[in-house]
Amino acid sequence: MKHESLEINSGLLILFTLIAISIGGLAEIIPLYYIDDTVEKVDGVRPYTPLELRGRDIYQREGCYTCHSQMIRPFRDEHLRYGHYSLAAESKYDHPFQWGSKRTGPDLARVGEKYSDAWHVAHLEAPRSVVPESIMPGYPWLLENELDYTSIEKRMRALRMTGVPYALTEEENQANVDKYGPEVAAKLDITRADDSLIEQAIARNYDGDPSRLTEMDALVAYLQMLGTLVDFSKYEQGHFAEFR
Amino acid sequence: MANTTDKPKTGGAVQTTGHAWDGDIQEFNNPLPTWWIWAFYLTVAFAVIYWILYPAWPMGKGFTTGVSEVTFESGGKEVTTHWNTRARLAHEMQASDEAQRQREYLERVASADFNTIFGDADMMAFAQSTAKGIFGDNCAPCHGSGGAGVTALFPNLADDDWLWGGSVDDIQTTIQHGRRGYMPPFKQTFNEQQLADVTDYVLGLSGHQVDPEAAKRGQAIFQGETGGCYYCHLTDGTGRKSQGAANLTDAIWTMIDVPGAADMDAKRRLVSGVISNGVTRIMPPWDGRLSPEQIKLLSVYVHELGGGQ
Repeated sequence: MKHESLEINSGLLILFTLIAISIGGLAEIIPLYYIDDTVEKVDGVRPYTPLELRGRDIYQREGCYTCHSQMIRPFRDEHLRYGHYSLAAESKYDHPFQWGSKRTGPDLARVGEKYSDAWHVAHLEAPRSVVPESIMPGYPWLLENELDYTSIEKRMRALRMTGVPYALTEEENQANVDKYGPEVAAKLDITRADDSLIEQAIARNYDGDPSRLTEMDALVAYLQMLGTLVDFSKYEQGHFAEFR
Repeated sequence: MANTTDKPKTGGAVQTTGHAWDGDIQEFNNPLPTWWIWAFYLTVAFAVIYWILYPAWPMGKGFTTGVSEVTFESGGKEVTTHWNTRARLAHEMQASDEAQRQREYLERVASADFNTIFGDADMMAFAQSTAKGIFGDNCAPCHGSGGAGVTALFPNLADDDWLWGGSVDDIQTTIQHGRRGYMPPFKQTFNEQQLADVTDYVLGLSGHQVDPEAAKRGQAIFQGETGGCYYCHLTDGTGRKSQGAANLTDAIWTMIDVPGAADMDAKRRLVSGVISNGVTRIMPPWDGRLSPEQIKLLSVYVHELGGGQ
């Protein structure tokens, strides 16, 4: 077939354009059907508790992701600084995920329990009060704002629709009990979201002020669990290479 | 412009494709520069070589793995797999030149006791350079890049006053397991008079000019069961290291800036504030996050920041 016949026959041109574009589209879409093979089978990963989930929303609202990635790449230098590289399984309940390769601040994928709650509070309120070299802006309103959790049930329902196993029925709750144990399952129960949110905030008092439930409580709760769910000491070095 | 389209271009430098529309609209045929064409062919050749060497094409449930391989050790067994970044990392952590040279030192550090390390210039140089990076990422956010700390939050590591002990073994224990410093708040226990009395006694311990009568009453509370302060701060006020209790007899204050306060009233307000509200300070544990050798090196580094005992 001559090139000219394509150029002067618009029906044919449309057909071949569609074929050319769909090759690119299929290359991106087909692998999604096999995604289960690339998500590592690993113990410990669970959805966010209601308090952590509110913290994650605040993390996104404040645009933390514009400077901080949550993706440790499998390179020696990153391994030495940040710890074990991030697994796909570790962000399987993230909608949207917080990966990235542009870092103005350090990667936060394993910042959980690395520093104390008091440090996070002081650092988020006024970063240069603890790290004089820092260029991070301060977020003092997190301590002033009462945490609004009126919408927590709706937020969990929305995530449930995307496949996050938050429980709405007794059946789903029982599945969570079997999978994560009763303590964690109680936190993933949408009907008890308000109570478990308050309970977690009171139990640890993340922001250092027991009299109030602030946005700082939620954000610090989120930061302190990042990257802590998988116990990598249980896996041999190189174990996760088999998923590649 | 109109004139130029009147004359169809034939021959000359620019060829046309021979297509003509509406009689005089022609399509030029400007060939791409030869160097560009060859660069393009090279990228095609590169892609083909890449497909052969590395994982590339999705195939049904799998993909073409490529002929390139990586070997690493996992669980005592040698594993060889198709090239991928995870296997490559395992290989680099085990067998790269840097890793091998570092391991040589790490093994020496692991088998040496602290006295041997302190006496060996080579190992000390390794500790200083390696632990500087570890300290920068793990410790400096709280304690500052020079270890000077932040008043009220994180203790100074560069002076010779230690809440939990300043020997290199104590420092190692602190890094391994973290610390939970706690002083209960006394605002429910003491009335205003008692608070003022204990405050004066405490300030007197470090040589401040205080009201001797008040200090005497404060001493009774401090040393008695009303306050019970001596449980942790000891009867002489030098502090029980196992509790992380501060030495109250020196001029170093980690919670409040007493030396910087304007006058005695300001100093009293600071001290009574701490007694009323108590102290809760937490340092996370580093066991698990850092390897035992890294913690050992870090202990040496912190010890050498200025105040090791």
